Amino acid sequence: MGGGSVAVRGKTKPVPAPQTAPPASTHPISADLEVRLRKRFPNPEGTFNLNVHFRALAGFTILFGASGAGKTTLLDCIAGLSDPDEGRIAIGGEELYDSQKKRNLPAWKRRIGYVQQDPALFPHLTAEENVAYGLRRLSATEQTSRSREILARFRIDRLRDRRPPQISGGERQRVALARALVTEPRALLLDEPLAALDRPTKSSLVADLRKWNQDHRIPILFVTHHGEEVFALGDEVIVLDTGRIVAQGRPHEVMRAPRLETVAQLSGFENIFDATVLALHEDRGTMTCRLGTGRVEKDAVELETPLVRAEVGSRLRVGVRAGDLLLATKHPRGLSARNILPGTIRQLEQRDVIIAAMVDCSGTEFEVHLTLAARDALQLGPDKSVWVVVKTHSCHLMGM
Amino acid sequence: MNWQAFWLTVRLAAIVSTLLIAIGIPIAYWLTYSRWRWKFLVEAAVALPIVLPPTVLGFYVLVALGSRSPIGRWWESLTGHTLAFTFEGLVIGSLLYSLPFAVQPFAASFGAVDSKLLRASASLGHSPVQTFRRIVLPLSKAGLVTGFALSFAHTLGEFGVVLMVGGNIPGVTRTISIDIYDQVQTANYSSANQTALLLLIVSFLVLSIVYGLNRRPWAVGPWR
Repeated sequence: MGGGSVAVRGKTKPVPAPQTAPPASTHPISADLEVRLRKRFPNPEGTFNLNVHFRALAGFTILFGASGAGKTTLLDCIAGLSDPDEGRIAIGGEELYDSQKKRNLPAWKRRIGYVQQDPALFPHLTAEENVAYGLRRLSATEQTSRSREILARFRIDRLRDRRPPQISGGERQRVALARALVTEPRALLLDEPLAALDRPTKSSLVADLRKWNQDHRIPILFVTHHGEEVFALGDEVIVLDTGRIVAQGRPHEVMRAPRLETVAQLSGFENIFDATVLALHEDRGTMTCRLGTGRVEKDAVELETPLVRAEVGSRLRVGVRAGDLLLATKHPRGLSARNILPGTIRQLEQRDVIIAAMVDCSGTEFEVHLTLAARDALQLGPDKSVWVVVKTHSCHLMGM
Repeated sequence: MNWQAFWLTVRLAAIVSTLLIAIGIPIAYWLTYSRWRWKFLVEAAVALPIVLPPTVLGFYVLVALGSRSPIGRWWESLTGHTLAFTFEGLVIGSLLYSLPFAVQPFAASFGAVDSKLLRASASLGHSPVQTFRRIVLPLSKAGLVTGFALSFAHTLGEFGVVLMVGGNIPGVTRTISIDIYDQVQTANYSSANQTALLLLIVSFLVLSIVYGLNRRPWAVGPWR
């Protein structure tokens, strides 16, 4: 899928999953992970239907979706820890599961690495013993040398003789990754392995994973519900929503200009507006959109947004995260932001440590997130006149 | 103080609790991981000796070991004597009598091993049996010690089953609790007192070791 086609399923006319089959790859077939499966299981809202079909090539493929989208179940099925109802899972042409041929290789014979949010280190073994655990077929000396090599590679060789309780969270996750990778799996499944880590730990782990992947070209399925991880890691992203693939493509295509509202909501846009394209400024890489439902309203808010493939007069949706908006009590000057809108605060609401301000700008209501300190410093309150500052690139465009 | 009865009892308890490790682990493994729908029936059967009067258990064991039952006849053809009223018969009766005291802590500790570890082990290429040996057993040490000690202590104090199956043959089947009963029957209270006190102290020591090792309260069932 190097061409970067974005598979989109229309909201009003559902397309059966098999039709969204990815195009045949130009890569050597030996590395590919092919997954086509259905699984129904009861969940609190009734019956959950997982129905997916995709091919993951060597490199990172991000599985992106809200919790409950079926990501973990999907990984469990690939790993052999859960059985699909029907379908086929193959890697490098070898079938791991095929419901028609009644083939179902047990998890321990699949040679697929699986690391979850909980590193699940064996508490009675040292870090080195944990890493060597999957190398049982090798001689003791070989086990030791390989374990030490990968511990060094993941910069945790000093933890060698420590047991999991004496290892910090981020380092435990490193050990878990090393333990999975040392076995040279044919594919790697990562279920939010970074979710519990702080940002610096996260990015250094990601860098190490990337480096490792350059030498070991295997498919890596990486589950996350954090948009930023999609950009940091993904060569390819698959968006999963309630058990179905709703979008697939390169991260900037699927994520930067979300084509579906479900994607936008997943990415956490508090502000979603209907908009009409007024003018294209190709020289500047921007365009002007008027917010509103289509009727030409006199004072309607106009926003300068990034340029996407659209024509003047076409209708779009604009999504803006509440945390990306600024509030000013005086008209700001010398600012790079292109959109400075006068408005009036309608309501302030405290949510935990965030202040959500509802600001009315000529009939369009924006939700703006502020800190408690900002509210106090600016003496914000209902009916106060403010300016809402919207950066062009904080405006995310979607089709309708 | 009847030292012969004391050592006979200790020997019986040691043999029974050791055998119960070998017998109890597979049963507990099956009870922990089987998804058979009628598993609860086996669970109930294993737990029966906890609630059954020892005389009832002893009666059935006696019948099963006697020369009228297939087991009894088979043993007789093998050894030339019946199993009833022998030390071997006592071992068999005690194995059944103390089975839940080994199996339940075993199964509880197997079941307490985090399933995430089992999944991790599988994805690292280990079969369920290999996983059991390398992950579950080492992490169930406390449960194994508990099961061993409880079945040891429980066998030390048994009375009804022994009386039914073994009778009261000095040096063969006369255990310490039967000895105490005998002494009381013959109004020999001071000797009974000594023996009873010894049994009390030994039982207390065994349980102290268990609780000391586990450092957490453990009660006999319900266990999952």
